[in-house]
Amino acid sequence: MLIFNLLLRNVWRHKGRAALTFLGLLVATLAFGLLSTVVSAWYAGAEGASNARLITRNSISLVFPLPISHAERIRQVDGVSSLSWANWFGGIYKEPKNFFPQFAIQPESYLNAYPEYLLTEAERTDFLRDRRAVVIGRKIANSYGLKVGDNLTLKGTIYPGDWEFQVAGIYEGRQTSTDTAQLFFHWDYLNEEAKRRNLPRAQNTTGVFIVQIAEPARAAEISLQIDSLFRNSAYETLTETEKAFQLGFVAMTEAIVVAIQIVSYVVILIIMAVMANTMAMTARERTGEYATLKALGFSPQFVAGLITAESLMLAVFGGIAGAVITFPVARTFGDAMGTIFPVFEVASQTTVMQLILALIVGLVASVIPAWRVSRIRIVEGLRAI
Amino acid sequence: MIELRHVSKRYKRGGQLVPVLHDLSLCVARGEFLALMGPSGSGKSTLLNLIAGIDRPDSGEILIDGQDIARMNESELARWRAQHVGFIFQFYNLIPVLTAFENVALPLQLTSLSEAAKKARVLKALTMVGLADRLDHTPSELSGGQQQRVAIARALITDPSIIVADEPTGDLDRQSAHDILVMLSGLNREMGKTILMVTHDPKAAEHALRIVHLEKGQLEAGIAAVPLTPAASVAPTQKTDAHF
Amino acid sequence: MTITAVPLHYSLRNLWVRRVTTLLTAGGMALVVFVFATSLMLDAGLKRTLVATGEPDNVIVSRKGSTTEVQSAVERSQAAVIAALPEVAVIGEPLASREIVMLISLAKKQSGKVSNAMIRGMEQTGVTLRRKVSLMEGRMFRPGSNEIVVGRSVRAQFAGVELGESLFFGGRQWYVVGVIDGARSGFDSEIWGDVNSLMQSFRRNAYSSIVIRLTDPQHYDTLVDRLNNDPRITLAAKREADYYAEQSAGLSRFIQILGLTLAGIFSVGAIIGATITMQAAVASRTAEIGTLRALGFQRQSILLAFLAEAVGLALLGAVVGLMLAAMMQWVEFSTTNFQSFSELAFGFELSLGIALASLAFGVAMGVAGGMVPAIRAARIGIVEALRCN
Repeated sequence: MLIFNLLLRNVWRHKGRAALTFLGLLVATLAFGLLSTVVSAWYAGAEGASNARLITRNSISLVFPLPISHAERIRQVDGVSSLSWANWFGGIYKEPKNFFPQFAIQPESYLNAYPEYLLTEAERTDFLRDRRAVVIGRKIANSYGLKVGDNLTLKGTIYPGDWEFQVAGIYEGRQTSTDTAQLFFHWDYLNEEAKRRNLPRAQNTTGVFIVQIAEPARAAEISLQIDSLFRNSAYETLTETEKAFQLGFVAMTEAIVVAIQIVSYVVILIIMAVMANTMAMTARERTGEYATLKALGFSPQFVAGLITAESLMLAVFGGIAGAVITFPVARTFGDAMGTIFPVFEVASQTTVMQLILALIVGLVASVIPAWRVSRIRIVEGLRAI
Repeated sequence: MIELRHVSKRYKRGGQLVPVLHDLSLCVARGEFLALMGPSGSGKSTLLNLIAGIDRPDSGEILIDGQDIARMNESELARWRAQHVGFIFQFYNLIPVLTAFENVALPLQLTSLSEAAKKARVLKALTMVGLADRLDHTPSELSGGQQQRVAIARALITDPSIIVADEPTGDLDRQSAHDILVMLSGLNREMGKTILMVTHDPKAAEHALRIVHLEKGQLEAGIAAVPLTPAASVAPTQKTDAHF
Repeated sequence: MTITAVPLHYSLRNLWVRRVTTLLTAGGMALVVFVFATSLMLDAGLKRTLVATGEPDNVIVSRKGSTTEVQSAVERSQAAVIAALPEVAVIGEPLASREIVMLISLAKKQSGKVSNAMIRGMEQTGVTLRRKVSLMEGRMFRPGSNEIVVGRSVRAQFAGVELGESLFFGGRQWYVVGVIDGARSGFDSEIWGDVNSLMQSFRRNAYSSIVIRLTDPQHYDTLVDRLNNDPRITLAAKREADYYAEQSAGLSRFIQILGLTLAGIFSVGAIIGATITMQAAVASRTAEIGTLRALGFQRQSILLAFLAEAVGLALLGAVVGLMLAAMMQWVEFSTTNFQSFSELAFGFELSLGIALASLAFGVAMGVAGGMVPAIRAARIGIVEALRCN
């Protein structure tokens, strides 16, 4: 008890220094947490993927379309329970910086394939009924202040010209980790307009097929089967699980993700230097006291332990505060980023990492000062007063 | 009870080895109050440090109650010190963030006494030095003389057989110095504590029973000092216990 | 009234005396400056690569409204009209290259993961139009053949594209006959082949774009007006350099915002470190300060002396951080450009401007961290300072 009081009061001895160190730990922990959350957000698509869905695309690259006629043959493959398709539209809503994915989908089958997108019965009916209807996610509705019934215009890039729609529904995500920053409209409408606007490449084609399978364990087998149907044809396919498909996107910008991960550890190094400095100075200033304790009969390990405990206290308090504050800051940041990061959630793994790192910082920062203090020659230490 | 045999000690100063004590032998009887005097650099503090077990000689033996502490390793010495030595320093060396009570209680952390027993001892010690009313004052709230008295209470708390004091009155005014020295004499006479005190002040040395002079690391003649009158002991209203 | 400054070497010597503290504090700052500098360098590297991809007298003509060549479509008939325009330079025949741009999935060498590489079909004039591109190994592809050449970075990043190897797509084998050096431009990340062979293989009927050389760069505006005024033409012209610059805008902004935000947040940590260090320095040298004041140095001199110490600390860190950042120039960075959706390799580019900005950033951190302790130092009263504690 007495020793605990000693520790606590030592931490607070220099209030300014303690407050600053605490703040430094808080900021560093927060920064690490935010960066980890950015990395998690990058992987959000893969996290939300279902292992009962396969994605079939053109084997050359995603940029090449597949003919809609492939649908019939894919449906026949054993293990396939249902099929849908989607085209990446890639239009611009008002300004290029308002980025969110837009897909032309086969409405009924697509909504069945993605039960995590929740619509009311009325919205669903309205959407299915009207060819020019569009369904947007909650995140888009909130970011741009859109309501059911609003008109919405997209400027096409891949499919040039202006495209007019009306919002029939706003879908909610079943979990907080569901992406609600997407826009869906009718593939039939796209196809008709492609014909009308004379866009030959866009007619009767789709970007991907979404294949639902009854047995996730057979995913690899079924994928190979589908691809074998179209081998050596003009439109060869590549089928993979939705998770692999999403991870493919992450892999494309892997360099950026790795850079962010590295930088998140740089901030830990920075704060480690700051803490090591604080502990080194503190230990040096109290040389006389530690020498006195040793004279009184306390072991070198004990005095080393005092330093280590003090460092840990500071680090852990700062770390906990930083971890706690990460949640509201992440929420604000996620809202500010709008539809660029549709899912911006602090993973529990991130919080655990934050606390572990705070602990490590506390330990490492105290290693050398504690070792030095344990080695103080009593006589020299006393002379230092 | 303290016997030094052919003790030598050299220090490294600025890259050179400087001899401080040379083939020194000394005996101190139990219950003695010894003053170590000598000019600066004579090695008196070094001698004190060796006897207190906070430094090791290069050669020789230091027998205390039959044990050669020069042969002990670090942790054995630490344990030995906790049980046998009480320290009083020139600048008190109290822990600034702890109260008077807590400073005195500190050495008891190395014992296995119960919390209640510890508390009782501390109260007794502080009462003995006349600071029972300043239990929860921190050193910054105490005068120099009061701080030294807390230090004395701390030095006594584990009931050690030896008390070492390195210039205990060096930083005090005349009156406080006198009070401290009287207290030390009292401890020596009434509790039978063996006290070794380093001082450069002849007046302070007069409170001791024997004075030894050190010159260039060697002992000169030991003179018995005239003991002071009993009237100058601890305040008459306070009882002194022989042991805790 | 002249203010005698406390000698600079007083401040610097104090840094040396407390070496460990100096090293740790400067170390923290070095890392922050490193993050700051490399962010700017990466953005500069990106811009340089894409801007270098453009010639001042080349113009890319593609479909109105398309932001990348991949999205664009240029009809054969329209391409013929463009090639015959008076603004197009002629050397024997018009310097115009009809081109088709597509993306193909290739596996990366290191990770084995798949990424999109850009493949550009062009006419022979296309090679002439890109003055900066030279042949590094092997030879150029022959017209009408199944031969391709790969950019330096494509060869470095992707598997299966060494000289002599071949790729299979669009129903046939394509043989790598050469490696081109794009002079650190976007062309290092491209694969070139014959436009007709590729179009046939991919069953395309329309080109992606047509790249032309202007007779005179000044004629750019005339060309733009001509295209705008002709109702039959659904194409738009853009200077090559502008075209590629716009393609990097998103990625560039991303790097800038992320990098500078991070540097900003990290700097808080470093500034805190500097404040702790300087405050401790002031506290431990109170008597010294009193002495200096007693000797006649003004308060401002004391303030400046401690500020100089903080700045010295920061500069030390900044220089180290900058040197570390400079080493990044040997690192090649390759990622998918969001806008073009294809792999782009670029590097870290250090300029004098970035170096100065980094040092200034470091100094700013030093001042921010050292200001309060320096003010406190200046405020210390002589009497209390000289009193023994």
